[in-house]
This record gives sequence, structure tokens and C-alpha cells, in this order.
Amino acid sequence: MAVAAVAVAGSQRHRALSEPRWVRWLLTGLALATFGLFLLLPLLTVFGEALAKGVSSYWAALSDEDALAAVRLTLLVAGITVPLNVVFGVIAAWCVAKFDFAGKSVLISLIDLPFSVSPVISGLIYVLLFGLQGLLGPWLAALGIKIIFAVPGLVLATLFVTFPYVARELIPLMEEQGTEEEEAAVVLGASGWRVFWRVTLPNIKWGLLYGVLLCNARAMGEFGAVSVVSGHIRGQTTTMPLQVEILYNEYNFVAAFAIASVLAMLALVTLAVKSALEWRFSKEIAGMGH
Amino acid sequence: MSAAKSSVIPGFGPTLGFTLFYLGLVVLIPLAALLLRAAGLGWGQFVDAAFSARVLAAYRLSFGGALLAAAANVGAGLLVAWVLVRYEFPGRKLVDALVDLPFALPTAVAGIALTAIYAPNGPLGRLLLQAGIKVAFTPLGVVVAMVFIGFPFVVRTVQPVLQDLEVEHEEAAVSLGANRLQVFGRVILPAILPALLTGFALAFARALGEYGSVIFIAGNMPGLSEIAPLLIVTKLEQYDYAGATAIAAVMLVAAFTLLLLINTLQKWRHARLHGG
Amino acid sequence: MTTTAFLRQAALVLAVGFCTVTSALADTTLLNVSYDPTRELYQDINRSFGAEWKAKTGETVKISQSHGGSGAQARSVIDGLEADVVTLALAYDIDAIASKAGLLSPDWQARLPYQSAPYTSTIVFLVRKGNPKQIKDWDDVARPGIQVITPNPKTSGGARWNYLAAWGYALNKYDRDEAKARQFLAALFKNVPVFDSGARGATTTFVQRGLGDVLLAWENEAILAVEELGKGQFEIVVPSMSILAEPPVAVVDKVVDKHGTRAVAEAYLRYLYSPDGQEIGARHHYRPRDPAVAARHAAEFPAVKLFTVEALGGWQKAQTTHFNDGGVFDQIVGGAKP
Repeated sequence: MAVAAVAVAGSQRHRALSEPRWVRWLLTGLALATFGLFLLLPLLTVFGEALAKGVSSYWAALSDEDALAAVRLTLLVAGITVPLNVVFGVIAAWCVAKFDFAGKSVLISLIDLPFSVSPVISGLIYVLLFGLQGLLGPWLAALGIKIIFAVPGLVLATLFVTFPYVARELIPLMEEQGTEEEEAAVVLGASGWRVFWRVTLPNIKWGLLYGVLLCNARAMGEFGAVSVVSGHIRGQTTTMPLQVEILYNEYNFVAAFAIASVLAMLALVTLAVKSALEWRFSKEIAGMGH
Repeated sequence: MSAAKSSVIPGFGPTLGFTLFYLGLVVLIPLAALLLRAAGLGWGQFVDAAFSARVLAAYRLSFGGALLAAAANVGAGLLVAWVLVRYEFPGRKLVDALVDLPFALPTAVAGIALTAIYAPNGPLGRLLLQAGIKVAFTPLGVVVAMVFIGFPFVVRTVQPVLQDLEVEHEEAAVSLGANRLQVFGRVILPAILPALLTGFALAFARALGEYGSVIFIAGNMPGLSEIAPLLIVTKLEQYDYAGATAIAAVMLVAAFTLLLLINTLQKWRHARLHGG
Repeated sequence: MTTTAFLRQAALVLAVGFCTVTSALADTTLLNVSYDPTRELYQDINRSFGAEWKAKTGETVKISQSHGGSGAQARSVIDGLEADVVTLALAYDIDAIASKAGLLSPDWQARLPYQSAPYTSTIVFLVRKGNPKQIKDWDDVARPGIQVITPNPKTSGGARWNYLAAWGYALNKYDRDEAKARQFLAALFKNVPVFDSGARGATTTFVQRGLGDVLLAWENEAILAVEELGKGQFEIVVPSMSILAEPPVAVVDKVVDKHGTRAVAEAYLRYLYSPDGQEIGARHHYRPRDPAVAARHAAEFPAVKLFTVEALGGWQKAQTTHFNDGGVFDQIVGGAKP
């Protein structure tokens, strides 16, 4: 259950179970090499380009009016899509992991499906539905409702792309945990809601956190699908990734990478949130003497 | 439908209902619009659009590259997840946080950054070129980009399961005389296998459809380093929506079949293990 | 306890700023949907036209810009992006808006002077400093051992101009023998190591990645690349013969009638033909139509023998014979594959 507990109290106990020192060093070294090659190097490239002309050009790029509009739009889109997909993810994971039913594998595979759909297509499907030449387009145009090339289109495309993240993060975790604890709680007379809040949620909180963070990262970073439905109107329908592309194509590399670096720093927000939660829980757990 | 396994737990009906409703609204209806458009083609036209020699070569690259990348991610992801959960080292939290980077970074930026690194005049590209390895603008570059964008999946599916693993099981195994490798093979690996498989499936699926980052590093030579999503874009460029949706439909069905296979395998394994 | 605390924290995480996106409301708003290389041009045009329109009518006009690949932009307009004016790379793309969505009349090209193309450009070569590979004309580009950077004609409008410039040169050289022209193009495209998806991507590959001996590019893009990306590192070579690239502009009838912006949209496009508009165009390295402005900038635009797309049979024919699936381009690169 609690990682924090292991981290805080279990270090002595851990030693008996751990690998020889050289294996630990070797594995850590390998992991760090992988990390450096695949993650750190691209990140350094981004920051290197962003700061190529000094800190003042970096700040100037970030305080540009269009850049700020892009930040606001990205926050708006993520602010709508992430909560919706979190609610869906938890409910779907509950349904899939706690019950057995025919067609379960089909359902899971359908939930996975948006991962494998090319971002180009994820945008195109909404154009085929809501575009002027699409199935519902003429009808929407008659009503004066704009979906694509406006905020609703951006939200829909992002919703589609980030749809599976929370659910897929939780399903294997909840399946691994089984149903014994919930069953015990039900037998003791707890209501469904109470079981969820008191038993399931504490058990899945880390998986849920990763799911939310991944979902949010992808929602803010999505480029391909959003690009198809955006219309690229500067200052109006350009999200941060699209603004990056615009600036890059203007040969304004500093500004392009400056905005990209802000998105990259989302990962550091992850760090802050996780640390805060860990600290919080370790205190609680210590207090409870668990 | 019957919830055979654990009828005491409430909420099967409502959660399944909501799941199906939301799935239908967000995923199935829009994808149906896609299939509808592809179905507008006659059979001959469909085969021409979706199974020409050039498209087949692109499928090979997309599917082959995605499989390789997913396999590489299983190894790298398990390693990183293991080290993050089990070991203490300076900078651990930073590494942990940066695992999500490939999702946050817009794919185009990832493509540009990777190309800059692996191009013949880039810092790593130059070194690799001396060893006779060309990465950027070759199929290998495609795989590198696919590994990058799928990296977080395996780490993040394995990590929570590893964290939750009861140390007692390992202790028991040790007290029964098992060595570390045996503990890993008999106790740890079976527990994290579903998560590993899930991570593999997700990394594969994501790599298969990827466009933004791959396009910068691929070189896009017809029949050699051309991925299937690029052909979709070229069809659109000719205002050939039906042809584009035909390729998309083939990829969709293939990906779904593969995901279904993996998920069925898992369910079967789960049932066997937990005596369903 | 644990759970509620967790939820409270999680809610905080989720509560990313819920700001609304406000768009500055001006008296009139126009949307100009354009292709990639015109960003800098229209920034200046919009400012200058806005001032003139304000002086003339007292009305403030705000012009929004959308840029992207020419074909993708045309598709967006077809699918409902409400562009008041389109300023694209090829007439073929505006034709598609007329034929596939009926948003403007098929004779749009006759409504403004010079087939609705207020400025022109041509295809030139960008080579590395000192021209180490001695690339002087199209024959050198098709020579074995030369690396040529050009984007993919299937995804980039600019690349289609590159292709047709080479095609026109070859037809002229081989006395309109199409089979020989094909061989010439096959040799040229055999020299291409990378197909970027767009013109600016190709420029980046050539300039930043250091790949290739010669970049085929619009003249305005080549000059801009030299100025912005590497003064003194590159040289522009003008071939003996090239294509007259005519990027067209048009008012989208159905949209301006819906928005009630016809007058200002038409004035906007006419401004491109005015001496001021032509001067701004020339400053951004587009060849002006206005003889007086052209004379002033004669030194920047070397004389070159130019032919038009019409001489090659027009866009419709070029698209179907060369660029559609199974067309000449596919046959050439299919054959050039190692």
C-alpha cells in the first residue's frame, strides 16, 4: 500500500531484500544513461535554443501578447478535458477491474483505441462530422454554431486524444489489487460510495495521480489533432504547441523554444505536486503510526 | 450481462452504462464517421487506396517501427521504473518528474530536438556517424522518435504496481531460500507482467499513429522511410478524403485487433492466476 | 482523512486557471487565410492598410492571420474556416475552394489584375558560400553526386513550383520531349536525400542541419533565409530559366456576404496592387507588378527567362499528371529508390 511508509520506515528492512551493491549501481547507471540519452538531451536542446540569445529575449518571447493568449487557451482546453477524462477514467476502471463480464477485452481495447489513431485522423474525424462538408456541418452552420476552427473543436480533439490515459493507468493497478478489500467493506455494511472513498481511492491514489499528470501533459502538449481543427488564427485559436510551430516557421527559434520550454516545465510541476503529496501523506501516516 | 465474479460490490450497472455512453460519444461516433467515409469507396477503389505497394511499405515501417519501439520501451521502462522505486540516488525525484516529458513536449518540438541531436551535424549524430550508424533521415530515426514519444507508458504503468508490491512476499521467498534473481522471476515479474504488457500495448499503439515528431526525423523517402500517417496527409493534400480514411481504417482495424489480442491474453492470464 | 486530503490536493492540481480567451473587438475584423512564407509580408501590409483604411473611412479594421501549408489552409476554408480573403500559394488551391465548397465563383481569377496575383516570385537556388559544387543552372542540380534539398511536392505547394520549374526547363532543353524531361527529373530527384513536408522545413534542413549542396526555394524565401539565418554563409544562384510563380489572392464571396465585410475585403486586396502595397511586397522580396516599383528594386531581382504554369498546361493538368497518386512524380521517385 503506502509507498511513503516503505520509503520512511522500510529502509533497513529493504536492505536485506536488495540486490548487491554493484548490481544496484549498474542498473542505476543504465537507467540514468537511458534517461540522459532519451529525455535529458532533448530537454537540454530545448532550453539551449530558448536561451540562445539570453534571458531577456526569453522573457520577451514569453510575455508576447499572442504567446499569452496561447497559454490561456491551452489552460482552458486542458481545464475542461482533464476533469472529464478523470471522471470517466475512474468509473471505467471500476467497472472493468471490479467485475467480470462478457466482452471485457473488447471494451478495454476500445478504450485503448484513441492511442493508436494517428493524430491527423483524430482531428479529421471531427472535420468529417462537423465541417462544412461533413455530416452535421450544414445543419450547424444554419444554426450558427461553430465547433471546428473554434474552442469546442479544440476541446473535442483533445478529449479524444487524452481519453484513455486515466482509465488505462488505473485498470492494471486495480486488477492487481483484486476485490477482497472492497468485498470485506461491503460485507461490513459500507455503502458503495463509502467503499470507493475509503477503500478504493486510497489504494489507487498514486496510479490516479500518474494518470492525471499524463493526461494533463498530453492535453497541453497535443499538436497533431489540434492542428487539424484549429484554423491557426493567430491569437485566437492557436494553443501553445501550435504557437511553437508558428514561431518556428517564422525562424523565430528563440521564441518557439521558449514556449516549448514552458511546456517542458510541466514535468517540473509534476515533481512539485508529487513531492507535496508525498510529504503530506508521510506526515499523516507517521501520525497515525501505520 | 452478469457480474459473475464479485456480485457483492455494487455499481456494476451504472458504471458500465456510463462507460459505454462516454465511450460512444467521444470515441465510437466520431470513428464511425471515419468508417462511413471509407465505406463510401467501392471495393476496388478501397484496395487501390489502402493496399498499393507504396502504402504496404509504409505499413511495414509503421507497424515494424512501432513494435521495435514498444519492445525497447519495455526494457528501458522497466529499468527506469525499477530504479526509481527501489533505489535511492541523487536526482531521483528529478528523473521521476521528467519521465512525463515526452507527453508534455509538443510532438513537433520533440521531432525538431531529436533531429537536431541525431542529424549528421548534431552532437550525437556526429559520434554515431563515425561508428557508421546513421540515425536521422533513416528508418532508425523513425524508431528513435517512436521510442521517445512512448517512453512514459511503461514506466508509469509499472511504477504504481511496483510501489504497491507487498514486501512480505519477497521476504517469504527469501526466507525459503530463493536468491534475488529467483525472487524477481517468481515473485516480482508475475506481479508486474500485466502492467508491462499494458505499457507495451500502449507504447505500440501510440507509436503506430505518431506523425508530428516522426516527420522531422524520418526523411520521408517513398518506400523507404515513409510512415503510413504521412500517406494519409498526402491523400488529404489531393482532397482525397475517402482515400485518406481508407488507410486510416486499415490502421484502425489492425491496431484494434492487436490490442484485443494483448488484452485477451491478459484477461486469460489473470483468470488463470487468480482462479477466476 | 487520507482520501479527503488527497482529493483536496488533487482538486488543486486540476484547477488549472479557468481563464476565458478574449479577442480584442474592433469595428471590423477580417480573416486572411494564407500560406507559410507570407507571414512577415502580411504583418506589414495589415498595419499599413489598417492605417490607410482608418484615414479614409474612420473605421478601425483588425486583420487576423492564419498561416499553414497552402493545401491544408484551403482544406480548412472548404471545411468551414471563415476566411474573408484567401492568399494562397497556388491557384489550384483557390480553385478547389470554388469547386468543392462553392464559396466563391469559379471565375475568381479574372476579378483582379494579373490573374489575381498581385506579386510574383520565382524558383532560385540557395548554395553554400563560395558555391563549392559550382552549381550554376538546372543541369548542375541534376548532376550525379549533388545533394538537392526540396520539400515533398505531395505535401508542399512550394515544392510543386520547384518541380514544375525543373520540368519547364527540361521540356525547353529537350525540345518538348516528355520522355527525356522525365529522365532529367528522375536524375534530379535521385539527388534528394530528404523530403521535408513543407518549404520552411526544407530550409531548416539545409541551413540548420547542414544537409545538401543546394536548396530549391522561392526567391523571397531564399533571400529571407540569407538575411535571417546566415549572412555570409550562403549565396543565391539564379538559373538561366525558371518559372513565374504567381501566388493568387481572392475574396471569399459567401463569407464576406455573411460577415458584411465585402467592401473592406475588396479594398484590402486592391491595396496589394497600390504603389504602397507593391513597395511593401518588394521589401519582402516579392517581385512587384507595378513597373515604377519594379524599376526601383531592379537590382534585387536579376532578370531571368520566365515561363508560366499556363505554358505547361495549367494547374489542373499539372496536378493530375504529375502530383496525384500514380502520377509522374510517383513514377520518378519510385524508380529512383535505392
